[in-house]
Order: sequence, then C-alpha cells, then structure tokens
Amino acid sequence: MCPGCASAIAMEAATPPHGQPPLAGLIDEAKRPLTGPPPPQLDDPDGDMPLYAARRKIYPLRVHGTYRRIKWIVLFVTLGIYYLLPFVRWDRGPNAPDQAVLIDFATRRFYFFFIEIWPQEVYYLTGLLIVAAMALFLMNAVAGRVWCGYLCPQTVWTDLFQTIERWTEGDRREHILRDRQPWNADRLARAGVKHFLWLMVAWWTGGAWVLYFADAPTLVKDLATFQAPLVAYGFIGILTFTTYTLAGLMREQVCVYMCPWPRIQAALTDEYALNVTYRYNRGEPRASLKKAASLHEHGEPAGDCIDCLQCVHVCPTGVDIRGGPNLGCIQCGLCIDACDAVMAKIGRPARLIAYDTELNIQALQQGSEPAYRIIRMRTLLYAAIIVAVGGIMTYTFATRRNDGISVIHDRNPVFVRLSDGAIRNAYTVRILNKNLETQTFVLKVAGLSSASVEVIGSDARRGSDPAIDVGPDQTREVRVLVTTHQALDPDASIPLSFIIVPDGGGSAASAVDHFLGP
Amino acid sequence: MSERSERKPQPQGATTGHEWDGIHELNTPLPRWWLWLFYATIAWSAGYWVVYPSWPLISSYTNGAFGWHARGAVANDLAALKTQRSAMTARLETTPLADIESNPQLLDFARALGRAAFADNCAPCHGSGGGGARGYPNLTDDDWLWGGKLVDIEQTIRHGARSSDDKGRQGTMPAFGRDGMLKRDDIIAVANYVRSLSGLSTAPGADLKFGAKVFADNCAVCHGPDGKGNRTLGAANLTDKIWLYAPDTQTIIDGIWNGRGGVMPAWGTKLDDVTIKALTVYVHTFGGGEK
Repeated sequence: MCPGCASAIAMEAATPPHGQPPLAGLIDEAKRPLTGPPPPQLDDPDGDMPLYAARRKIYPLRVHGTYRRIKWIVLFVTLGIYYLLPFVRWDRGPNAPDQAVLIDFATRRFYFFFIEIWPQEVYYLTGLLIVAAMALFLMNAVAGRVWCGYLCPQTVWTDLFQTIERWTEGDRREHILRDRQPWNADRLARAGVKHFLWLMVAWWTGGAWVLYFADAPTLVKDLATFQAPLVAYGFIGILTFTTYTLAGLMREQVCVYMCPWPRIQAALTDEYALNVTYRYNRGEPRASLKKAASLHEHGEPAGDCIDCLQCVHVCPTGVDIRGGPNLGCIQCGLCIDACDAVMAKIGRPARLIAYDTELNIQALQQGSEPAYRIIRMRTLLYAAIIVAVGGIMTYTFATRRNDGISVIHDRNPVFVRLSDGAIRNAYTVRILNKNLETQTFVLKVAGLSSASVEVIGSDARRGSDPAIDVGPDQTREVRVLVTTHQALDPDASIPLSFIIVPDGGGSAASAVDHFLGP
Repeated sequence: MSERSERKPQPQGATTGHEWDGIHELNTPLPRWWLWLFYATIAWSAGYWVVYPSWPLISSYTNGAFGWHARGAVANDLAALKTQRSAMTARLETTPLADIESNPQLLDFARALGRAAFADNCAPCHGSGGGGARGYPNLTDDDWLWGGKLVDIEQTIRHGARSSDDKGRQGTMPAFGRDGMLKRDDIIAVANYVRSLSGLSTAPGADLKFGAKVFADNCAVCHGPDGKGNRTLGAANLTDKIWLYAPDTQTIIDGIWNGRGGVMPAWGTKLDDVTIKALTVYVHTFGGGEK
C-alpha cells in the first residue's frame, strides 16, 4: 500500500463509521489536522517535484443534490442513446438498410435517420467537427468545463463504474476501512463482484460499439452464435479492455494526465466564465461551528466554511476546490451539492460553492455591483461560427444533388485517328446515383458541333443521346467515345461538357473535360 | 533554465565522468520498466528464429517451425484472390464471348481483368492504353489487319501472328527489292501509287500509271486490286488514313524493298482461357471493335 493511501485511511479511521450522528462526525473530522502528503501540485512553481508521483486512491463520497440529479439524468440519457440507438429502425425501402444509425464500411455509406452520406461527402463530418469544437468553446466560455463534468464519456462511464463500486464495496468510509483489512473472503467476494460487473459493463460498451457498423439484430445473433466476423470480436475485446481500464482503474488520471482538453480549456477560459468556485468572500476565515461561535463572541470575523472537507471527499478527481481554479477540477458540481447539504444542516445559506466567477467574487468583496457578462465578444463569436457553419451545412445538405458525374480523359492514346480520318477521344465517365431506385440518365456532350457519342456496353438511346442505367445507391463507370469529322486546328484542345439529365426530367449535372486533336 | 541549475547543483556521482570544456554529462538512467521492455523485445526476437526461416546453413537454411515461406505466402494470397473472384470468373467462362458486353457487371469485370492482363503482357508493344507504336498496331482505332470482331481478336491473341503456333495468322510482305523481284524504279513508282490511293501527295513527275501496273502485277494478289487489303493474309488496307509504319514515301519504299513481317506471340500457351477472354473484351472495347 502506498504511503498516501495509508495515511488517508489512518485519517479516516479515527472516526468510527457508525454510532455517531453524521454531523458530529463531520465536525470532529474537520478538527483534525490534515496529515499525509499534500495532493500533487500540477503547477509547482519550483519545478522540483519528482517526475512520477504514486497515485492517491480516491474514494468519492456519495452525494445528493441538484447537480448530482443532473448528472444522473445526463448519464441515463447519454448511455441510453449509446446502448440502444443501434436498434432503432428507419425504413428506407428495399435497397438500403433499415438501421437508423449505421456506419456501413462494406458499402462505404453512413446512414443517420433521413441522411445518407457517401465517402466523398465526409466534408459534412468536417463541418460537424467544427460545430462540435465551437460548441465546446462556447460551453467553456459560458460555464467552464460543462463537457468535462457532465458529458464526457470518461466522466459518464467513470460515474457508472463508481456507482457499481459503491454498491459492491461500500461508500467512501466503508470502502476505505475494507481496503485496510486483509484479503478475507468478504473483501475478495465484493472485489470479485465489482470487477465482474465492471467487465460486464465494459463488454456491453464494446458490444454496443460494433453494432453501429453492421445490422444490429443480425450482428447480436451472429455474436451469440459465434458466427460474427473476427474483427467484431476484436473490437469488442479492445473496447472492453479500454473501458475497464479507463473508467475502472485510471479514472481521474485520464483527466489530469492524459486528456488534452484541460490544457486547451486553460488557454480558452477567461475571467467571465462561470466556473465551480468557492466563494471565499463568504467562506473565509474558516472555522468550526464552536470556534465560529467563540470568535463571534469576541467580535472577530468567522466565515461560513467549517472546513468539513465534504467538498473534497465527494470530488471524483480528489481536488480541493477551495484552493481556487484547478486543472484537476472537471467542474461536475458535486462539491456544490455536498456543501449545500452541510450548509442546510448547519443553517447557513446555500451555495458557498457555486457556479461563479473570480471577478464577481472580487466585485462583491469590494462592495461593487455583481460582475456577470454572458454576452461578450467570444461567446458571440463562437455562437456566430456555430450558426454560420451549421447554416452552410444545412444549406448544402438541403440543396445537394442526388446524382453526379465525373470524367477522366484517356491518357494513352490521347486521341485516335480512324480509318476515314475522323478523330476520336475516349473518356472514362462515372455516374453517381444516390437515389434508392435505378435511374436512367441521358448523356449529352456539348462543345463539339458534329460529334457522335458512343457508350461501350450500352446501346440504349434517347433521340441521338446515349441513355445509361445506374443501379440504386450506386455508381457506374462507362467508357465513352466521342468522335468528330470536324476539321480541327493543330494541337486542338476543345472544352467539352459532359451533361447527364435524369430520364423523365430533372435538373442536369455536368463535368468538364477536353477534346484533343493531333 | 541556467538559473535553476545553478540553484540546484547535482548530487555527487550523478555524472558519467565525461567532461568537455567543463561541461559534465549527467548520468540519467533509463526508467527500469523501459529497460525491462528492451530486454523483453530481445527475448521476443528469438521467437522469430524459431517461427520463420532464419539461419543460413552450409547448403540450405533453418526452416521455420510452421513451414512458413514468403513464396508460399504469395501463392496463398493469389489462391485467395482466385477464390474471391471465382464466382465472377466462372460466369465469364461460361458466358459466350458475344454476350459479355451487353451485361454491365460482366463487362466491368472482364475489362478490369483485361486491363491488368493487358498491362502485364501487351503494353510493352501496344502501349499502356493500346495506342500502339510504329510497327505495333494501334488497337484503339477501327483498322484491323486480321479482323476486329471478337472471334478474330481472340484468335489473334490466342495463336498470334507469324508466330510458332500452327494456327497463328500467316502472311508476309515479301522483300521485293532485296530479293530482286522489283527494280528500284518500279518500287519508287509503286510507292507513289500507294500514296495516291489514300489521297496523299505524290512526287512531281511520278508515273502513277506505271505504278498502278506494277501494283496490279505484284501487290494486288494480297492487297487487292483496289488496295483495300486482305484480312486473311494480314495485308494492310492501303486506302485508309492509318499507317502501321509511316505514310512517307521513304518508309513505304523501305517496306517494299525489305518486306514487313511483325510478329505477335501466341498467348494461348501462356494465358488461361478466362484471361484471354477478358483480354479480347478489353481490346474489343477500346473503341474500334467490330460487331
């Protein structure tokens, strides 16, 4: 056992878990000096800290309150979406899968309810990523690390894993005491159940992941009967391992050491962002209830903070929020709930810890007006970018064509002289049909007045123009020969337009290439 | 940085003892786990000696425990590819040559297969796109020495032209000049006449009537009385705009004097039936294929 854990337990053990009213226990605990090594300081000014520090195991205390409730709701909604979405059906007719959300690598299509994305349209993904990044920035500018605290998969799964841990090994105090015991049957059984449940959740997490890449009900059946492709089992295995490791074993270390977002966050935040903040103007100087009473008798000031450490004990990353803004703080707001509960018990006003700004606290301390500014340059700018990119994406999506054409000129030979002296150029033409039924396209070539157009392997015509059938949700590549008897200038390079019009009417799509002569 | 190192002198013995101009090299050992990882990779490498062919012996080498060979791996890959294609290959094999082009799926498959086979076998002479070269026919035009129908193309590919194959295309342009069949002046006259057949200019004062007589006596047997050629003998059509060698008088004279006889190998002995079928369709769909 590492010295950090040992001293934390020694500290905890001084208070019996049962038999005392909770409040008295809290206050007794608050009286004791904090022993053991200090928490790792991420911004040690001397730079003298060792490169490696042993992890202090964190035993977050269970908590009730507004933010905990929000976190529960977010957890159920996000995990519900993640686990169940692959089973949602969406009828697209006989020529496309009926899974609402499907990333179909085999046929290179991405389906999202009424949207179907082809590989060459992944720029929608770029737009989506820009919107996502800007949404993160905006969240950050308004209320700090909302993403980290509530929405990040690491936070959500860690929350779920910690709930399982509390359920099997007990809440903070019970768990610390149990960890101090030797490995007896009870402890082994509880740890065993915990790790089993963790693995089950991790396994389901990996299992749900692969369902997004194939027809979910079929894949579930195949997985159960060992008929599924090896890659599916492989990915389930990998994601089981990562979920178990990241959410079960590494937890806050991911946020503190691995994740780049806290660093980006530190660069993006400003003095107006609402962060989980200890209102030191109210809390300081800290004093226990008794001490505060005696201080008040002597006419000396005493703050609202009674140093009960509940805010530290509930923290999933082991941060003391009273130390000010901290890279380790994911701003989940659980310390607000914990502090509110204590304040309610001792009859002091709630929100000694709250979503607030340093600037506002300074303003209050100096007796000036509260300083809140939600609407400011960066929030406006982020919102404007989100609206602009979202608008462009919506527009391009709403007006995107369901067909398309691309042309490549033969590279060798660039032209052919026929026996009667005519000049012929050959092209590879690819026609896209994103409709979910077969579509006939009429191919017109404009630019040469007297050119004849021939499509290899397709004799169908509409008038003098070739007609080409393209299957549902498919592309078709055809070889097109353009021949002219027209006299050409030496080294002629005449721009040609290849135009396809859906048979039976519709707007035309076109591509441009050249007709080359000797 | 410098300020900090002055503030914090390194403990005794923390350097390697190396010194350059008063600069000491710090001894910063690797992390232990890294070192063990390094040893582990060395131990792991021994596994390759066991699994794969590795140590050279006097006349051979140690075989891997599982009999793995690079050549065998390639053979396996090729076999796997063949299996993967087998359904389409079987369809191509059983479909009559004439019906392939009307089936888009089969046409795509045949052309894809043909493109690879063409690049491997035919491109050195006929060019990567079938454009040909001097003496090597352009396969994308509509002029064919031996016929441009699917069956003609298939026969030419399978048995070759002037090849060692008995069924190969036969027919040679004799060396009229070198073998003394025609005089120098006859040849110049007939060369001018041949140019005139396709409307090209002739040398001033060229006796085209005499040329026509020489042509009728010597050339018409193969190239036809009107010079339109004969596909049975591979005799070129001399009236069109397409020239296998070149249309200038000197090249024509050279051809008549020395004869011509380009050889196309018989590919039937080297390529399987499906590949030849695919090649036939590929060449036929360059654009000049005849119905």
